[in-house]
Amino acid sequence: MSTAPSSDLFLDVRAVHKRFGENVVLAGVDLAVPHGSVVTVLGKSGTGKSVFLKCLAGIVTPDSGEIRFAGRSLDADDAVCRAEFRRRCSYLFQNNALLDSITALENVALPLEQTTQIPNREIRERCLEALRQLDLEKHRDRYPSQLSGGMQKRLALARAIVTRPELVLFDEPTAGLDPLRRNAVFEMIVKYQRQFGFTAVLVTHDLPEALAASDQVALLDRGSMRFQGTPAAFNASNDPTVRAFRDSTDALKESIAALRRGENVNTENDL
Amino acid sequence: MLRFLGKHTLATAYELGDFALFTGRSFSAAVGSRKLGRRVVRAVYEQGVRCVPVILIVGLFTGLVLGLQGYYVLNKFGSAGLLGTLVSLTLVRELAPVLAALMIVGQAGSALAAELGIQRNSEQIDALETMGASVHAYLISPRLIAALLVFPIQTAFFTLIGLLGGFLSGSVVLALQPGVYWSAVYRAVQPQDVRECLIKAVVFGLLTVAICAYNGFNAHRRKSSTGARAVSASTTRAVVFSSIIVLAADYAITSLLV
Repeated sequence: MSTAPSSDLFLDVRAVHKRFGENVVLAGVDLAVPHGSVVTVLGKSGTGKSVFLKCLAGIVTPDSGEIRFAGRSLDADDAVCRAEFRRRCSYLFQNNALLDSITALENVALPLEQTTQIPNREIRERCLEALRQLDLEKHRDRYPSQLSGGMQKRLALARAIVTRPELVLFDEPTAGLDPLRRNAVFEMIVKYQRQFGFTAVLVTHDLPEALAASDQVALLDRGSMRFQGTPAAFNASNDPTVRAFRDSTDALKESIAALRRGENVNTENDL
Repeated sequence: MLRFLGKHTLATAYELGDFALFTGRSFSAAVGSRKLGRRVVRAVYEQGVRCVPVILIVGLFTGLVLGLQGYYVLNKFGSAGLLGTLVSLTLVRELAPVLAALMIVGQAGSALAAELGIQRNSEQIDALETMGASVHAYLISPRLIAALLVFPIQTAFFTLIGLLGGFLSGSVVLALQPGVYWSAVYRAVQPQDVRECLIKAVVFGLLTVAICAYNGFNAHRRKSSTGARAVSASTTRAVVFSSIIVLAADYAITSLLV
């Protein structure tokens, strides 16, 4: 596994374990995230990608392992350290998690109102600017349920970046979107990552988009990280798991062709 | 058997402690919370304005029935003139705080538990936590503060409507002189009765809103059900527990203050 030198790491995850009852989800996961980079964690559905991201965000507490952020260890019991992390980090939920009883503008203003002492006028200006950048200004008085899926995603992104975070965690940012909107979301992430300079960790199973948008990709499989490196290294890797994931589109074409020919194809192991 | 009892006693003790911490944290988190006033106003609207119709209807019919039953019973002893005393003391001391609280629990408490349960299910509460906001200050404190304001006002409103209902039964439908009814009301109700009534209203408000909020907030912790079923189970639990607590607290406060 190729990783960046540890001195330059903004987020350094070592041997994180998490189990729910008898179900071991994470069995010693490592991840190295250099400062200012976009790192995408790939993996099949149900491999624990979201649980891993929630461990990073502090929503789920790992059973063991260490998460270092900007050189400091994030201890779940250290409230000050956790508060500092939350101040510098944003999380984009898979289902957006927008508060449905307040308007778009109020949603974007929420983190600034509740966590800072910035004057109300400045908060409003910053929120309107964020909405303008994401082409949502004219929808500012609408409730999340009155917006389309793509608009909700943009609104969630506006809420995530309005605090000017140093680290943004994206949980399946393109889940449920059509290919065009999927591309638009990835373009949006890269554009704002370049514009605001935050470090981004994405979790997805959209391989082509992830390879195009990321500085590094990692592959989570059966509870551990099977690969981390550049997209070029991912494409060149001979690791069987990486190859199976990378060649999944070709494999699908072959399976479909075989099924059409009436041959028996076993796909149960991949589900 | 012993193991079963021990397990459930420990679980109950843990939950009571957790509930006390939850309520205390919700009050302390209110200090310095931005735009708290706006959220309190919204909670006052939900618990107060939206519950007015049900308080009006239940208060009116309670007074009507009290007036009707009381008149016929008292008339047998030639004491129909005491109808105002009977209706007012029954309402002020017992029925108004208890029934008003039960009505608000049914209308606003169930809605609160369901709303928080859905917010928990859809990760809205997780979103607040990840952004570093105080979930207690944002979601719970305004509801508790609103309860301290709304329950006494709704109880007073219930009492007034109930007295009007008693008057309609006794003096409009039946034959009691209006002056006799209202002067009996005026003479019967003492400041101590009003104080007891308001103390009950405040205690019921605090307990029921905290119970409803606690159950909705912790909907995800239910082991017996998940998703929408967990929300529905938490809402049911919130309403049932709140109703029982209202009656138990009523007995306890009455015992202490009588």
